Amino acid sequence: MSILVRDPGLETTVQDTGRFGHYAIGFPPSGALDSFAYHVGNALVGNAPGAAGLEAVYLGPTLEFTTDTVIAVTGADIPATLDGEAIPLWESVAVRAGQTLAFGQLTGGARPYVAIAGGIDVPTVYGSRSTYTLVGMGGFGGRGLAEGDELVPGEDAVAPRAGRRLADDDVPTYPEIAELRLLVGLHSYRLTPDSLERFTDTAWKVTPDANRVGYRYRGAELEFVPREQPFGAGSDPANVTDCGYPVGSVQVPGGVEPIVLLQDAVTGGGYATLGTVVSVDRDRLAQTKTGDRTRFVSVDLDEALTIRRDRAAQLDRIRTALS
Amino acid sequence: MAHTITAKTPGVFYRKPSPDAEPYVADGATVAEGDVIGLIEVMKTFREVKADAAGTVATWHVADEDEVSIGQELVELDT
Repeated sequence: MSILVRDPGLETTVQDTGRFGHYAIGFPPSGALDSFAYHVGNALVGNAPGAAGLEAVYLGPTLEFTTDTVIAVTGADIPATLDGEAIPLWESVAVRAGQTLAFGQLTGGARPYVAIAGGIDVPTVYGSRSTYTLVGMGGFGGRGLAEGDELVPGEDAVAPRAGRRLADDDVPTYPEIAELRLLVGLHSYRLTPDSLERFTDTAWKVTPDANRVGYRYRGAELEFVPREQPFGAGSDPANVTDCGYPVGSVQVPGGVEPIVLLQDAVTGGGYATLGTVVSVDRDRLAQTKTGDRTRFVSVDLDEALTIRRDRAAQLDRIRTALS
Repeated sequence: MAHTITAKTPGVFYRKPSPDAEPYVADGATVAEGDVIGLIEVMKTFREVKADAAGTVATWHVADEDEVSIGQELVELDT
């Protein structure tokens, strides 16, 4: 009863919904970056919400199954095959013992997800099976998968069945320029009004420094309002007195190359936060890759909360339809 | 016959293992399947780019330190 890792792909990790409740002592949540793809994957294979799955990036892993099971590949647009035969994405597929799952060249998005009936049985650490690679904690040995690893399926399956398919209207598309909705604040007053406008007017390019910790962008320079350096703050105009960082918050060290902090990021520090990407759109961010363009669109708090409620309702509807 | 090696991941392409080193493969050099021809840096890690065919280096489509995208043509080999 195992899944053999023949080729790990690139930084393929075990992830679940995340590790919550320890942010104040410096634990970021980790967890699947594209939570929609992750949750739909679990619903497709008949898992309880929260079962652990695999998150890959750019390249998929090659996995050999030693037991019959049901899997679903969601997320990025990437050709997936079982023993060389193409399998559909966003649909549960029966796997026979001895078959091998492999991936071709990705054509859209960035991160494929593999859900397996029963989830992946790794120990829970602080209440989660998610991998936090920076400190080597959680998931499979606290690290990305390596060739020769053996994953053991869990027992979180409610009713695995092949042939469950996500409705076409619910399948995300990955446009050339990703639009990420942004709640402006906490320290947006530190930017000049022109610069704040420039931030949302620019089609930012994702740099090669883009991973589960954060995404760094290039495309414009932003200026800060001159000020007297406050007590406890660093000398960079982008510095403020230390504070907690929201997941999804945007910083601009030195006024160049904004960074969006993601699920594996530091939990606090001394850079001004000019806004926070709404949680639902971190899914979309997770499907952008180095070289892609991204635009930030300002929304207010009511809109941000509506976006979150709508997503929760959509997932409820999908789970009901697939059960 | 020609064969083109393409990028499997996006990132920054390097022809050399380190800034002062010689390139992995010189222009006109012969490579065997599996030989390392460069590196792609992405997500703060370096991944080796290996020749997926044997041949002679004919034309580079990218320069050292160019940013590349998935599927982009890196180098053409005469096979």
